Amino acid sequence: MTIKLKTPISEEEIRNLKIGDTVLLSGVIVTARDQAHKLMVEEKPEFIRPYLKESVVYHCGPVVRKDENGNWQFVSAGPTTSAREEPYQSIVIGEYNVRGVIGKGGMGPKTAEGLKKYGAVYFHAVGGAGTLIANRVKRVLDVFKLEEFGTPEAFWVIEVEDFPLVVTMDAHGNSMHKEILEKSSKIAEELINKNV
Amino acid sequence: MQLKEAFLELIRRAATDLPPDVEAVLQKAYEKEDDNTPAKNVFATILENVKLARKQSTPICQDTGSLVFYIDYPEGGKERDYRQAIEWATVEATNRQYLRPNSVDPVTGKNSGNNLGVNAPYIHFHQWDRDEVRVRLLLKGGGSENVGSQYKLPHPPLNAGRDLKGVRKVVIDAVKNAQGLGCAPGTIGIGLGGGRDTSYSLSKEQFFRKIGQRNQDPELARFEEQLLEELNQLEIGPMGFGGKTTVLDVFVGKQARHPATYYVSVSYNCWAFRRKTMTIKNGEVRYDD
Repeated sequence: MTIKLKTPISEEEIRNLKIGDTVLLSGVIVTARDQAHKLMVEEKPEFIRPYLKESVVYHCGPVVRKDENGNWQFVSAGPTTSAREEPYQSIVIGEYNVRGVIGKGGMGPKTAEGLKKYGAVYFHAVGGAGTLIANRVKRVLDVFKLEEFGTPEAFWVIEVEDFPLVVTMDAHGNSMHKEILEKSSKIAEELINKNV
Repeated sequence: MQLKEAFLELIRRAATDLPPDVEAVLQKAYEKEDDNTPAKNVFATILENVKLARKQSTPICQDTGSLVFYIDYPEGGKERDYRQAIEWATVEATNRQYLRPNSVDPVTGKNSGNNLGVNAPYIHFHQWDRDEVRVRLLLKGGGSENVGSQYKLPHPPLNAGRDLKGVRKVVIDAVKNAQGLGCAPGTIGIGLGGGRDTSYSLSKEQFFRKIGQRNQDPELARFEEQLLEELNQLEIGPMGFGGKTTVLDVFVGKQARHPATYYVSVSYNCWAFRRKTMTIKNGEVRYDD
């Protein structure tokens, strides 16, 4: 079954999610990658606070263009690898009252702790589905640090509609990534030890 | 068509139009998964995305990768001419959003904004005896590049020796370590022998094979089939969500090694396996996958 969610998301809604749930997310979210996370931890900027409260951070460096009226449009916008934000993520979630993180590949124990403590989940988007996800971005509301960080690293404030996601780390300490790693490692070990 | 425009079209096709052999194997993978599983949903999303990107002429994936060209040109051709045409086409493709700016200076941290930089795009030149030019282009994503690995045999932790049995062990290890991080299901390119640099290079050149195209050496062809079957038993699945397809295909290439060395390089290509070929003969340009 698919669960529909819209930002702002309450802590209760988030705590009801479990790993393996399929979600269609709508509402305002914010893209942030490496430089943005570093900034949020080191300088705690206020400009992004209203957009992140009870909302979602998206690990994404989009391809964008300006239309004939001078408005930004997303052209291709799939997730990037989340592991690079592991040192920062939990701090960002706590500082800005974030309810979810979208990315790919999952995150580590520090983030898992943060999700549990503050009431947030990790949503996995389909890596490589750049055009499809860009089509679900209805509007670009604002952009911050574009000059300084460049297109992929800027904070893009976007409104999405039915962004397809899977919950792979929930607010109860469960991680699909950990489960698959353990299972596949066991199979790999058996294969390697089999003498063929 | 001018040379530079021919290159622009090559880049556009590579970024927006997934080769049909790759799309077909993804379709098969979709059909194999059980209904209402995350794996099935992922394949459905992937296939819809591929169609949309082709129709809209927009990048399949926003990481349009690093550009790696292989050019075979006839006697009398000038490398400088090809390089200039490629640089123009790369800048123009970036302006038209077929490419994302992906060229960063490792010292200053600055993104050039147009995909040019030292060795970017990277061009392998080769002169040949034919009277036509063949240009092969690979757009290699960064996430999948990060999960590639190189082993030196023997590799005691896995009890892997200097033979195909040992190679098999380290390849299983490499794909297990990659999990879903390289945007699984990936295509695996393996280079056996050579030095550290040429070993990786050989593993990447395998990506110009079509899905299902086996090595001409029957022993390596059998080895590829065995690895394909065994790697799919890992159940890592698309995006690492679990599932029946962990890799789309496995290509192995070999070259001579020094008696003291035995390298096994494993390159991982994400499911968005973007390669295109262009042939120019008598001024006529032909595109192929």
